Amino acid sequence: MPNLKDLKNRIESVKSTRKITKAMQMVAAAKLRRAQESAEASRPYAERFNAVMAGLAASVGGSDSAPKLLRGTGSEDVHLLVVMTAERGLCGGFNSNIAKLARQKAEELRGKGKTVKVLTVGKKGRDALKRDLGDAFVGHVDLSEVKRIGYANAQDIAKDILSRFDGAEFDVATIFYSKFVNVVTQIPTAQQIIPASFEDDAAGDDSGAIFDYEPSEEAILADLLPKGVATAIFSALLENGASEQGARMSAMDNATRNAGEMIDKLTIQFNRSRQAVITNELIEIISGAEAL
Amino acid sequence: MANTMQFDLVSPERSLASLEATAVQLPGADGDMTAMPDHAPTITTLRPGLLKVEAPAGASEYLVTGGFAQINGDGLSVLAEKAIPVAEVTRSHLDDLIAEARASHEAAKSGDDQSIVDDAAKLLADMEALGTHMSL
Repeated sequence: MPNLKDLKNRIESVKSTRKITKAMQMVAAAKLRRAQESAEASRPYAERFNAVMAGLAASVGGSDSAPKLLRGTGSEDVHLLVVMTAERGLCGGFNSNIAKLARQKAEELRGKGKTVKVLTVGKKGRDALKRDLGDAFVGHVDLSEVKRIGYANAQDIAKDILSRFDGAEFDVATIFYSKFVNVVTQIPTAQQIIPASFEDDAAGDDSGAIFDYEPSEEAILADLLPKGVATAIFSALLENGASEQGARMSAMDNATRNAGEMIDKLTIQFNRSRQAVITNELIEIISGAEAL
Repeated sequence: MANTMQFDLVSPERSLASLEATAVQLPGADGDMTAMPDHAPTITTLRPGLLKVEAPAGASEYLVTGGFAQINGDGLSVLAEKAIPVAEVTRSHLDDLIAEARASHEAAKSGDDQSIVDDAAKLLADMEALGTHMSL
């Protein structure tokens, strides 16, 4: 049985752990609110953008003159997986869930005889995939210095991906991120960005109108497709940001509760041992007195 | 004012304006144009430049770079990659734009397509004129 001093020390250390997890939970809650706000602020742009792109893609998409970003390169042998995770840990299963999804996809593709390349955004995904897919890494984007994710960050990543596409380094690009549903639910998601596919979820909005295009449908499409890549990445980054904070918040909430339970258990143990010691001493004194 | 249309200006990071406007002047890729209520449905890409909004509540101006505008019967949405109210534009914003225009001009010069070079040169001149216009 551990002695009293050891128990006391353990209780103290669990208490300070609880303080830390509690603080982290509150910080995550504050950051989550901000992350959610920016995710919401970006939604109108993404929605309208996709609605217009869906219309354009539907009218131009079928022809041979359609840009490569929409049509694809004609083959799909080389896949680029863009794995977006957090820069920091201690957020429950957030990072490992994304990494797991990416790993599954990579195995599936390799099973079909395709080549897989991996671009990681965020340190944690890189660490998680290093063992299995380390040989497929083609690059890494470090966002640890970025305090607040801006569109410029997404543009940089998009530029990197597009220059690789122009260099014919891959045929299909998929991004992996976590979709934010609520604080306890984040869904790891894979979304194909090249060749682009647009879901026409706002179809009812202006399906009746026939638009004039200036300069021309093809020119607009060619101009907008690279921006579509950046837009998709930007929304993914923001969703990821909100998911990360949400996951961290609930993980830290759990940790705080566990620490509380542990303190209760240790305190009971401490009190019992203390009583045992007192009883022991009493028995010694009484039996000593009786012996006289 | 009897005749207005819904005008929205959104950038990826936030929605900048959503109001009733009487006329909006856009820096279209093929030239400036003004959209008024009941304009024919049009989608046009934008070049960097000034976007002027006339509304019953008062006129406003924004510096927009890249993006596109979607005009339909009852409204106008402008999706710009970057949009800044003119009052908040600083010299450094403009310097960035000029640097970008200059870079694309240089890049175009190395190619042989004369029309692209001309376009880039015009954009560069536009950007410099813009600075004078806003007296920065």
